[in-house]
Amino acid sequence: MHLAQRALRRAASTATVALLAVAVGCAPQPEEKASDKPSGSGAEACAKGELSTEVSGKLTIATDEPAYEPWFKDDKPANGEGFESAVAYAVAKQLGYDKSDVVWQTVPFNKAFAPGEKTFDFDINQVSISDERKKAVDFSSGYYDVRQAVIALKDSKAAKAKSIADLKGVKLGAQVGTTSLNYINDVVKPTEEPAAYAKNDQAKSALKNGQVDAIVVDLPTAFYITAAEVTDARIVGQFENQGAAPEQFGLVLDKGSALTSCVTDAVDALREDGTLAAVEKQWLSDAVDAPVLK
Amino acid sequence: MTVVKEESGGDPEGDSGEGEAREAYVPSPRRIERERYKRARARRATAIAALSTLVTGVVLYLVVVNAPGWPRTKETFFSAQYAREAFPKVLEGLWLNVRLLLVCGAAVLVLGMLIAVARTLRGPVFFPLRALAAAYTDFFRGLPLIINLMIVVLGVPALRLQGITVDPVLLGGTALTLTYSAYVAEVFRAGIESVHPSQRAAARSLGLNNRQALRYVVLPQAVRRQVPPLLNDLVSLQKDTGLVSIGGAVDAVRAADIIVGRSLNYTPYIVAGLVFVALTIPMTRFTDWVTARMDRRQAQGGNI
Repeated sequence: MHLAQRALRRAASTATVALLAVAVGCAPQPEEKASDKPSGSGAEACAKGELSTEVSGKLTIATDEPAYEPWFKDDKPANGEGFESAVAYAVAKQLGYDKSDVVWQTVPFNKAFAPGEKTFDFDINQVSISDERKKAVDFSSGYYDVRQAVIALKDSKAAKAKSIADLKGVKLGAQVGTTSLNYINDVVKPTEEPAAYAKNDQAKSALKNGQVDAIVVDLPTAFYITAAEVTDARIVGQFENQGAAPEQFGLVLDKGSALTSCVTDAVDALREDGTLAAVEKQWLSDAVDAPVLK
Repeated sequence: MTVVKEESGGDPEGDSGEGEAREAYVPSPRRIERERYKRARARRATAIAALSTLVTGVVLYLVVVNAPGWPRTKETFFSAQYAREAFPKVLEGLWLNVRLLLVCGAAVLVLGMLIAVARTLRGPVFFPLRALAAAYTDFFRGLPLIINLMIVVLGVPALRLQGITVDPVLLGGTALTLTYSAYVAEVFRAGIESVHPSQRAAARSLGLNNRQALRYVVLPQAVRRQVPPLLNDLVSLQKDTGLVSIGGAVDAVRAADIIVGRSLNYTPYIVAGLVFVALTIPMTRFTDWVTARMDRRQAQGGNI
């Protein structure tokens, strides 16, 4: 009896000690990364090509795959063609990085916001800036003022809509995680629950198949879809901005990233010297105005 | 662990009458000692288990809470504000999951049984049916569910057939039924083949024909034996119903998705996950109860 008791006790205490040892072994190491990055404040901290980036001397830029037109061309972010690719390289140049020093990385939309170590310096993926999102990530200043637009098949009743009220009884769809879906829920408030798709591709095929009457996407995407992808669809109209400020796309950085202020300065400089406007004209020029739905 | 009157400690007269002369049974000191010792051991075991559980819990808690990224993780995954916002929306989406589970579950059981019976038919005349059923199970068990859903939900409407629905929920339910009935057919077939041939032989010798033997002797035993794996598949189906959101339908997970996309806060996923677990637990308990009841019935006279 005593033997058994002793064995049990020994086993229990050994297990406890082992657990504690494991716990100590797992004890977190303090992050040194955060402390050795200079906190960017003022222009002198943004030394040309000398920022404390992920890979020293390189600028790592992330976007999702596939990369859609007109933001990127031929699903190749590194070719410098397409609006966002051009903006990314302009920002890199402004920060003092040559084209050869830019490294592209594939990061899914959702992964770009997950907490934890970021593997990129900034992400460019048509992400709209909002106060709510700023709690999770840092944004640069906006590089593009975006409007949302409605697309419908030419022969559908949704294509005849002249106002937001005309869209109330229509089956609408949009991609999950986009402001497009917010516009449907907050502005149109349709009677039928809107369809929410994981990707714009599925929204497009649902539109083609007649599973939804109309889909909401941003205006440049809308022009591309109606011009090249779903040619029997047309743009019904665009929405006005929800708030006082226009909706803007921003570059996504890790929360509290040392680069945020430098990247923001770079974007601001590009806006002031007209580079952004020129790039927009080059890649998004066919995005002429669509009728505004009120 | 109570002492019941069960033995009269060696009655020399062998008198088994209910006479008042018989003394009430008094357990021997040794027996009392033994009982006491057993109780003490049980108490001790419980105490050790409680202590070790407590230590494990404390250690895990300390490891998580002292992690350098914990404040950020807590804000991103365990935010009370977003949990409150997500809960009603997730529940609304869950209603779709539950409806799909009930309808698809019933369809899967019926279809799976038909396929299993088709596969186990005897006689050369049924060869095409057997081959067809085998091909069906091979194909749909091998085809990844997500691809099956893509083809059915996004491909079938592209045909623009008159009278064929384009509703993503109905199409998604069809795809789920196709895949899961292949799984369930295999479960049923295993059950049918596990019934000993002597059962069928006995049934035939009693004058039942093949169909009656299957209907009254083989299938009841086969189904009863396969209840646990069947419920396993149903629990799995319950979670996979969420995949119909490929077609744009808003289920519990997609409802969480919508809030996550807007806010970049992952708490709604946690809420949706917990809701699914909460839905699975009653099913699991039900499975355990059914299994236990079957064990009791089969092991009449107590377990050995």
